[in-house]
Amino acid sequence: MYDILALAAANLISPIILFFALGFAAAMARSDLSVPEAIAKGMSLYLLLAIGFKGGASVAAHGVDATLILSLIAGVILSFILPFVAFGLLRKLTGLSAIDAAAVAAHYGSISIVTFVAASSVLSYAGIMAEGYMVAVAAAMEAPAILSALWLVARASGSPGQKGGRMDPRLLREILLNGSIVLLIGSFAIGATTGQQGLAKIEAFIVAPFQGVLCLFLLDMGLVAGRGLRQARGLLRPGVFAFGILMPLIGASLGLAAGLLLGLSAGGVVLMMTLSASASYIAVPAAMRVALPEANPAIYLTLALGITFPFNLTLGIPIYMAVAQAVTGG
Amino acid sequence: MKVHRAKRVEITIEAVMERRLTEALERVDVTGFTILPVSGGSGRSGKWSREGQVSRAAGMINVVCIIRPERLNILLDAAFDILDRHIGVVNVTDCEVLRAERF
Repeated sequence: MYDILALAAANLISPIILFFALGFAAAMARSDLSVPEAIAKGMSLYLLLAIGFKGGASVAAHGVDATLILSLIAGVILSFILPFVAFGLLRKLTGLSAIDAAAVAAHYGSISIVTFVAASSVLSYAGIMAEGYMVAVAAAMEAPAILSALWLVARASGSPGQKGGRMDPRLLREILLNGSIVLLIGSFAIGATTGQQGLAKIEAFIVAPFQGVLCLFLLDMGLVAGRGLRQARGLLRPGVFAFGILMPLIGASLGLAAGLLLGLSAGGVVLMMTLSASASYIAVPAAMRVALPEANPAIYLTLALGITFPFNLTLGIPIYMAVAQAVTGG
Repeated sequence: MKVHRAKRVEITIEAVMERRLTEALERVDVTGFTILPVSGGSGRSGKWSREGQVSRAAGMINVVCIIRPERLNILLDAAFDILDRHIGVVNVTDCEVLRAERF
């Protein structure tokens, strides 16, 4: 246990995590530090392109095996199951209504691609390899949770289509083809097609500057998370706050079990844990506003962005790394 | 200069609903409208600001239509189908336009 904590503490001291902490602290202290919106959007596109391409190039180098398909299936199953766990926990710990609980649950079944990028980067910083196709697993885990949440609402209201959620074909298309997913999967496909030769051609753009851009991006995310948390402090009753910390740990445990069953490397297990522990704060909130407009967005955005995202980034990822390394011996 | 009576309909709605609303308007032949970003505000759900939002879920937009008075109810019926369950504000004001044939 001491070894795990010592390893977690060592992993905590990485530039990206410290820059996130800087942004978070600046926002909480009401500093006027800010990153222009267009620059933040540009950095997000860059990070998705880089992580997708590198994942694809890695798959091209190491080949495709059955574990890739099984990992995708495991990711989809986890995304379907996690909202049920989250919903049950929310109903036990908080006084949230069924609609609010289901909306929050959808976020915890889906994933945060920024948390995934940060975990990949921390792994690379620590010299730990991970399966390149985990990028595809991340994309596959984005949407299924939304269906689970809508089913939960329909069951709770007892009248599907009345006060329940609406999942029309257009919404499904918007979720599956949201810009982040298209760029991530597109870059992954290009990386897989062009392989190491393609990577060598754009390496100067997507490898060397990556850590620096991620630092600046996470500084901005820290500012956003800190401001969101400051504005919505009143919503954070102890039960809600506890959920925001407990749920990622439960998700990570399920991710750990899945990763071990699949026989993933230590890095792959960390990424599976991180994906299962993270909560969406970009794609799912937008889907929930369309499908479940009665749910209070302040609750799910504050939980996903103000509690779970900072927790995963500062404590979660180092803990997942330490546990995965201890369990796999990697 | 001669002016003509018209109605100005201003709909403040969540950004995620933009396309659904404008398509509903187009289906009833309301093809002229202006979409404006909303930088922040305060309402029943408290204060909010566009600054620092990472999700489209939290943004709002303003859709402004100027139409002939006799077409007002058609527009409102089409908009209400979309707005029904969502947060937002709809207001209608009288206005005057110079070139009536354009509306």
